[in-house]
Amino acid sequence: MNGPFEDVVRVHGGTVLRVCRAVLAGHDAQDAWSETFLAALRAWPGLPADVNVEAWLVTVARRKAIDELRRRTRQAAPVAEPGALDGVPLLGAVAGPGERDLDLWQAVRALPDKQRRVVVLHHLGGLPYAEVAGLVGGTDAAARRAGADGVAALRRIYGAREAR
Amino acid sequence: MSTVQDGRGGDVRDTLAGTHEERLLAVLHARLVARAQDEGLLDVAYRVVDSPVGRVLVAAGDAGVLRVAFEVQGHDAVLDDLAARVSPRVLEGGDRLDPVLRQLDEYFTGSRTSFDVPVDLRLARGLRRDVVEALPRIAYGTTASYTQVAAAVGRPAAVRAVATACALNPVPLLVPCHRVVRSDGSTGRYVGGDEAKRTLLALERTPLVSGAPEA
Repeated sequence: MNGPFEDVVRVHGGTVLRVCRAVLAGHDAQDAWSETFLAALRAWPGLPADVNVEAWLVTVARRKAIDELRRRTRQAAPVAEPGALDGVPLLGAVAGPGERDLDLWQAVRALPDKQRRVVVLHHLGGLPYAEVAGLVGGTDAAARRAGADGVAALRRIYGAREAR
Repeated sequence: MSTVQDGRGGDVRDTLAGTHEERLLAVLHARLVARAQDEGLLDVAYRVVDSPVGRVLVAAGDAGVLRVAFEVQGHDAVLDDLAARVSPRVLEGGDRLDPVLRQLDEYFTGSRTSFDVPVDLRLARGLRRDVVEALPRIAYGTTASYTQVAAAVGRPAAVRAVATACALNPVPLLVPCHRVVRSDGSTGRYVGGDEAKRTLLALERTPLVSGAPEA
């Protein structure tokens, strides 16, 4: 790519922030945003001209966000406090109104914890269910079921809103 | 009051108005520019500032100022050209440009007569570069003709080529191509527009602000 990188940050900064926020909360999401654009800046001159820049950035962003999530999961201390083990917030605050898909983000946020995490990690983060299960706990099959239930719920909620 | 102020600069723009997300993105953008600078990835930094001759874009690489461009030249086109000819690692902001913007401010307020920031002339080659290197010898407040400049660079017949070199000067203002005028005494053309050239020549005819720092 030989266009100014500044244009990339301006056009896609918001999208990357939403991807990072879907996986991480607060400062972790901001760190993932920075890591994403720093990596993108490093790679930019060597990137083929026919690459879909937004799709490429979203891929980099979710990889950075998931790296951060894995790092946090490994560091998580197994303390006795209820919920501490699965206390890593996988969905940060959504500072709406965003440009698009706001209803969907809110619907995702409204899902039960486990469904929300599985949906975000599998469908947005692109992780296979085996890895998702490793992060949220439980078996493969349970993660798969939670994901299916979450998506079904989204279809119900989102579909109902669309129909109104 | 300062004549050179932040134009499109993200920080200023977004603290005044905009949503929470826009403000956060402005903060993240500034952080990105700083980290890019630290990690040697900021090949071209630029800022756009207001001035008595309109909005001026200033861009610099590691080695010095690469471009100064007036609004009539099309800032987007200038950035595309920098990205293609120098590096696409182009970002707006950062503190790299602080010294040159400060000196431009002093120049426009009449307290500076020459610039002493590093300039990277890689965008000027051959005769054009010879001309650009010769122009700072024309002192503040004086002018020279295209014919005189052609003689000074040892190409007395190349008057038209000298005029072209002035028009293509990558760093106007810092390299004073506005001090080159027609032999008949008329102002002649200018890359920033004829009005800008008259403004600059008038500025340089005004007595210096007293008590100002030596330039």
